[in-house]
Amino acid sequence: MTVEIARHWRLNAQRYSLVGEECPTCHDKIFPPRDVCPHCAEAAGPDFHFSGKGEVFSHTAIYNAPEGFETQAPYTVALVKLKEGPLITAQLTDVQNDDVQIGMPVEMVTRKLAEQGDEGLILYGYKFRPQLAAA
Amino acid sequence: MAIMKPIKPVGIVGYCSYIPRYRIPAKAISQVWTDGKGGTPITEKAVAGLDEDTVTIALEAARNALLRAQINPQRIGAVWVGSESHPYAVKPTSTIVAEAIGAVPHTQAGDWEFACKAGTEAMQAGIGFVASGMQRYVLAVGADTAQGRPGDALEYTAASGGAACLIGPAAESIATFEATFSFVTDTPDFWRRPHAHYPSHGQRFTGEPAYFEHVLSAAKTIMSELGRTPKDYQHVILHQPNAKFPRRAAKMLGFEKAQWETGLLSPVVGNTYSGAAMLGLTAALDIARPGDRILCVSFGSGAGSDAFSLLVSDGIEGVARRAPTTQAYISRRREIDYARYARYRGKLLLA
Amino acid sequence: MQGGEIIRGLMRDVSIIGIGQTPVGEHWSRSLRHLAYDALSLAMRDAGTDRVDALYLGNMLSGEISGQAHLGALVADFAGMRGIEAVKVEAACASGAAAFRQGLMGVAGGYQDVVAVVGVEKMTDDVGSKVTAGLASAADADYETVHGVTFVALNALIMRRYMYEYGLSKEDFANFSVNAHANGANNPNAMFQRAISQDTFMKAGVVADPITLFDASPMADGAAAVILCPTELAREFSDNAVRILGSAAATDSLAVHDRKNPLWLQAAETSAQKAYKQAHIGPQDIDFFELHDAFTIMAALSLEACGFAEPGQGTRLAVDGEIALDGRLPIATMGGLKARGHPVGATGMYQIVEAALQLRGQAGKNQLAGPRIGMTQNIGGSGATIVTHILTNNLNQ
Repeated sequence: MTVEIARHWRLNAQRYSLVGEECPTCHDKIFPPRDVCPHCAEAAGPDFHFSGKGEVFSHTAIYNAPEGFETQAPYTVALVKLKEGPLITAQLTDVQNDDVQIGMPVEMVTRKLAEQGDEGLILYGYKFRPQLAAA
Repeated sequence: MAIMKPIKPVGIVGYCSYIPRYRIPAKAISQVWTDGKGGTPITEKAVAGLDEDTVTIALEAARNALLRAQINPQRIGAVWVGSESHPYAVKPTSTIVAEAIGAVPHTQAGDWEFACKAGTEAMQAGIGFVASGMQRYVLAVGADTAQGRPGDALEYTAASGGAACLIGPAAESIATFEATFSFVTDTPDFWRRPHAHYPSHGQRFTGEPAYFEHVLSAAKTIMSELGRTPKDYQHVILHQPNAKFPRRAAKMLGFEKAQWETGLLSPVVGNTYSGAAMLGLTAALDIARPGDRILCVSFGSGAGSDAFSLLVSDGIEGVARRAPTTQAYISRRREIDYARYARYRGKLLLA
Repeated sequence: MQGGEIIRGLMRDVSIIGIGQTPVGEHWSRSLRHLAYDALSLAMRDAGTDRVDALYLGNMLSGEISGQAHLGALVADFAGMRGIEAVKVEAACASGAAAFRQGLMGVAGGYQDVVAVVGVEKMTDDVGSKVTAGLASAADADYETVHGVTFVALNALIMRRYMYEYGLSKEDFANFSVNAHANGANNPNAMFQRAISQDTFMKAGVVADPITLFDASPMADGAAAVILCPTELAREFSDNAVRILGSAAATDSLAVHDRKNPLWLQAAETSAQKAYKQAHIGPQDIDFFELHDAFTIMAALSLEACGFAEPGQGTRLAVDGEIALDGRLPIATMGGLKARGHPVGATGMYQIVEAALQLRGQAGKNQLAGPRIGMTQNIGGSGATIVTHILTNNLNQ
């Protein structure tokens, strides 16, 4: 399978490492990056590297997965409130769904999002896991 | 003997391991194949989750190595990942890691393969890259999601994990390389053909002519050429395909338990292949004190060993706490049964 | 005139002169084109017309599920009207009402006199995971769907946070489902024609926690249609025409995470306020409300955004029984999405057809007592497109 290469490739920076933007006018941190700041409607940019730290805003478990995700079920998806402000949608990983709580501190990790079959590309991107303490 | 010493002093400026959180006890495997009556070579092994592979393992270790080194990733001149389980046969693991840590585009990148010593080869080459002045920093990673054939002896030990070493000038290092040495022969103790899912091995042939011959030769040579004895080392790490081989080899070299226990992780992690020796090294660095010496010897089937003699420097103070320690990853543990293990490791026929 | 300030410009007043619908369910032997034709022909017969100037089709998934784009020409030809203007309108689950609004604008703007609008969806031509993926395409592909998020999951994320913020439990949502099923029991076109108890609701299996089976509307095949014409011509066709008092559509961010308040349907508020203004009425004047109860949480949020309840109080209307046929604000009077079924791109048209049935006094056992003004609201995706209509049986302009 060779579909959707460019569609994902152009998002590498944001997918792999949460590179968003900072609005030069209102200084809001923006993720995902977009051409126009959603708050003040000025042109957005420059790049802003998010810390990847945040907390669970809401969560649910998926048992009936859409095409392409069947082999991952059951998995947990969440709205994560990033420390710097934005809310983003992502899977939670390394956690049992029953152990997830709203407000739980989480951190970004880069994991496999999906595979395009046995012969296709492997898609990597951000997920979040319960925050692991440094030593 | 040709031990390798850099012209300019080179060391490790950052390091970290990564171990997936899932563990399958060896007992759970022996229940399936021997009614639980057979002996088990280790206690349990680490198993990658469904969304983990060599790329994600290498990446987390690399990110944390950077946290410890506190350098700008744009200054990394090479990103090298050693593994025998690169997710793609053709398409580098290293470019994904380099992109994700922010080292691209002005960097060298490449994937290495030499069974279980692919990671330490990258370290050796990194020493040369830095010592020659061609690059200031080289990221060397060993990571694997090793597969053992169901029912085979290797199934008990073939594990997932990895470690990263950021190599740079000795002046910025937490430990400097005194020397490194490689011992290599054509010894086919273990192999995997391109389209085979599981490796094959020579059973008892993997022992004396393979593991012991290479590990002992490499360790003895580097010590004798440096004029050192086991007493000069606080920590010794030998490649650990199981719990028995590294203990026996360490004893044969004249080391005591206190010297090997910090870096002997296979009993609770399994054999992380390209990650194995480097993982032990990270565990030693986590607790090392300035002035400590560390001997680290890898082994890769086919066969060869890379030995490193390291002297820990003052720069190590406070570095461990900047990222999760190897013991922290080991204690982050969720036990799984054989069914879940079979699913996570792709042993269920889904199509 | 400033953008967004137009209330009613030099437009013609428009009325519905014919309605038609197929039963909602599994139509194994009827394809997309058959279903569209079935509803369309019923509506044309009801209007007493054998010609229309244009056909607008509300549909979401013809391309994904049936491999069929270019639906307008296909249905126009199949219905024996080759040559007329025909186009598909897509706005996810709001495709039906969005198409209706296109038809309305065609007539109001004077481009067409008699227009047919059909909402049609064929869900059963593919298997579950493919349909789930198709539905998920209503969400943001690069930032929601790529993470394996389903449509149910997005609603579950909203619902869990809503319950957390307002301290609600599952019981608070039960009556939305119980009410819908009670009403669906008397609708011969409903997919589920069986009442359920609160107990059944509470014991239902999990779909995506906290959403259980009876929070969620069932996917199904179906088609519903109306015929529109200028109100001044309506009496020539029909003696029970239904007049469009207000029509507005609004958008919000495609992704839930991009909303300032993920618990507030801004596009519902905006479109409802515009429609109220056009109709010169307020929420207190609405006799019944066909809302978009794809999930119980959407019913609560819709009630709040349209001014029927304070934020966080939407479930009170259900708990207190105000949404029942004899309550202050009956909703889902023919079963809603929950019991009638949710043939995605057709749903908005079912809502309008059902509102017309109530206003025409043809709602059978579920007939409300002399309703004058009904409101419909069709929600696309998790709230990114919301289309609100206000209808009346009072033709006096």
